[in-house]
Amino acid sequence: MLRFTLQRLLTGIPTLLVLVAGAFFLMRAAPGGPFDRERDLPPEIEANLRRAYHLDEPLLQQFLHYLGNLLRGDFGPSLQYRDFSVSELIRAGFPVSLHIGALAMLLALLIGVAAGTWAALRQNSAGDHVVMAAAMTGISIPNFVMAPLLVLLVAVGLGWLPAGGYGGGAWRHLVLPVTTLALPQVAYLARLSRASMIEVLASPFIRTARAQGLGLGTILLRHALRPALLPVVSYLGPATAAVITGSVVIEQIFGLPGIGRFFITGALNRDYTLVMGVVVFYGVLILLCNFLVDLVYGFLDPRTRQPG
Amino acid sequence: MPECRPQRRAFLSALLCGLLAGCGGRQEAGQPARVPVGGASGKERAAVQVLRKGNGAEPESLDPHRAESVTAANILRDLFEGLVLETEDGRLMPGAAASWEASADGLTYIFHMRPEGRWSNGDPVTAQDFVYGLRRSCDPATLNEYASILFPIRNAEAVVSGKLPPAALGVRALDDTLLEIRLAGPTPYFLGLLTHSTAYPVHRPSIGRYGAKFARPGMLVGNGAYRLEEWVVQSHIRLGRNTHYWDDAHTSIEEVWYYPIENGDAEVARYRAGELDFTQSVPLRQMRWLRENLPGELRIAPYLGSYYFGFNTTRPPFRDNPQLRLALSMAVDRDILTQRVMGTGEQPAYGFVPPVADYTGQRPAWAAWTQEQRNAEARRLYREAGYSEDNPLVVEVLYNTEQNQKRIAGALAAMWKQVLGVRAKLLNQEWKVFLENRKRKVITQVFRSGWIGDYNDPYTFSQLMHSKNGQNDPGYSSAEYDRLLDEAAATADPAHRRMLLEAAERRLLADQPLIPLFFYASKRLVKPWVGGYQPNIMDHHHTKDLHILSH
Repeated sequence: MLRFTLQRLLTGIPTLLVLVAGAFFLMRAAPGGPFDRERDLPPEIEANLRRAYHLDEPLLQQFLHYLGNLLRGDFGPSLQYRDFSVSELIRAGFPVSLHIGALAMLLALLIGVAAGTWAALRQNSAGDHVVMAAAMTGISIPNFVMAPLLVLLVAVGLGWLPAGGYGGGAWRHLVLPVTTLALPQVAYLARLSRASMIEVLASPFIRTARAQGLGLGTILLRHALRPALLPVVSYLGPATAAVITGSVVIEQIFGLPGIGRFFITGALNRDYTLVMGVVVFYGVLILLCNFLVDLVYGFLDPRTRQPG
Repeated sequence: MPECRPQRRAFLSALLCGLLAGCGGRQEAGQPARVPVGGASGKERAAVQVLRKGNGAEPESLDPHRAESVTAANILRDLFEGLVLETEDGRLMPGAAASWEASADGLTYIFHMRPEGRWSNGDPVTAQDFVYGLRRSCDPATLNEYASILFPIRNAEAVVSGKLPPAALGVRALDDTLLEIRLAGPTPYFLGLLTHSTAYPVHRPSIGRYGAKFARPGMLVGNGAYRLEEWVVQSHIRLGRNTHYWDDAHTSIEEVWYYPIENGDAEVARYRAGELDFTQSVPLRQMRWLRENLPGELRIAPYLGSYYFGFNTTRPPFRDNPQLRLALSMAVDRDILTQRVMGTGEQPAYGFVPPVADYTGQRPAWAAWTQEQRNAEARRLYREAGYSEDNPLVVEVLYNTEQNQKRIAGALAAMWKQVLGVRAKLLNQEWKVFLENRKRKVITQVFRSGWIGDYNDPYTFSQLMHSKNGQNDPGYSSAEYDRLLDEAAATADPAHRRMLLEAAERRLLADQPLIPLFFYASKRLVKPWVGGYQPNIMDHHHTKDLHILSH
């Protein structure tokens, strides 16, 4: 198990390196720079700015410089938000993104798996069809349509909840963004766990259990749920990635101070260091999540632990 | 000042708008209709004096010498105060200086500091603070992107470019209360420049103590009516009243919140949900709905900005081809453009300089014609330039990716096709790509452009088309225009200067290196209980001049 763990961990390093290099050079290849504005900069000021941020050096040197700083955990100063360093911005934004993302994932798991299981037990009944139709709708409506729709209905129309802002993390401010972020995942997880549950329920060992006269509850909880959750668990990695990319849009629409918003404004402003910081940070996070999923998977299904 | 940043995420906005439009007529939440605003007298103030403003993008800095955006300037106006201040209706009044006098040649100004002026920590505001601030603002090490605003001050240009040390700047303190500023040349708009954030003082001891981090809550010491209480990046900035401020007795609002909300539709949604009292803008697509449903809260006023499409005059087909440029310009029906395509209070423009103080905007003779007459003349010029139905002009129109720009470019192309048979191809590019290409003048033919004046004077516009100006994207180069401008910059006689600048604009319009289209309008939603609000041409508002009526 230790070897498996180490092996998984080490394969992440080259992936990360490729990610950093890719993001770095792609960002620089984009036309326009951080100091291009409508107002013309005096050439001396522009030269000073380039020097101050090492942008006057050859690109490869800049890259090595960046890697060196990265190894020391230094993301550099933000080119756009001059009063802050990238680390400070990520430190300020991540708790917000995490708060919303974690709640959305939790909501998606609870509701998605429950709905999927419920539908699986009533396969091809009217209830099953309703749940699956709802899930299909949930998957097809993109969150940038769902979010304003909810705002209009619940915030502007009914006045029940705020239309935007974080409010220091008060629950009233979280309901709409978390719901919007969770909806497609609820839908996907419901479909996934339904299909998987149907398959498991049809397998010989469940039939045996039934034949032995075990109750439905026992069969479900003790025998069916664990194998049926396998695809759900392996989907958690991609789900995390989906929640992260979703949060970029959600944070923008609801005006939440998370790091997804930094990514968008950073890219538009050609804030090289900020975009790199978010990419590296999220890259590490997703690699870690995938790694954890692998571990959980190994726990749930001993076959994957076999060396080899 | 660069005009407003292009509105991002246009596709989101488009969707949002469609949804909002479909929801018209719904009863607004949080809009009590029972008590009249301001009580029986209409002037009663609310017990809670808190103002919540939408403020566009997150400010890039609250260091007055490093900030450059409109959104940062809005907040800095509350945190700091220049020698001169603006009233809510846009006139100049004494700020940190109680009075001033200018020498007869207009080259030396003496400012008498306000003796009761205080920093937010209680320290007195002295002439030395302004010397330090102006030197820091011009010091190349400060990396001030807006330093060129101060170029009228003697030696400022040399200091900014590093040829002279900051101490050589033409600014000195005669004592604690007397400040002398010497200018490089006569600058009638100089006092107006002093309201700009680049001319704000900074508190030297806190910069010494905190360095680059001085512009943060708990560290920032300002001399404005408010102090920085809280800054949560991308969420809000909260300011509280500065009790040391010299005019604190007249401050009514205790607390002001600035929310960065880039998406105009999201901003309006939050306004309608009762979370904002004041928006930064209004999306074009919601104008009709707002006009019908919130007419009293929609505040539209002329704004010091000129919107135009430029020709690349350094390359064919527009190089040395004023007939063709005029033909394309005349064929555009500005009334249709402002009323049907925009419809948000913009004024049709036939000249380049918008209405500013002490200046008569120039208009070509054809501005008085009917559109039919213009079209006929446009067709004549078009043929004269060698084009016809069989040999139409094929041209590329470049604009930045944004819904409004697309509509305008599309309208232009349609008018040209209808009147002249021109085959125009629309090309949009992301903002920074667009800026780079427009500046390089290689692939551009016709491109959108616009400019918001930095100060209330024609020169902030006229200078853009000087052949040496870095923002002369059309590449316009006229010896006569340059000479008129240089002369105007050197003359101390205001009447003569005005005459020269007006002659320059006439020259420009005869050459037509650009198509003037309209003069901007500022537009925002303001809740009826925000008292003291007056639209002004610079769209500058100080929170200290506003108050909240009971509601």
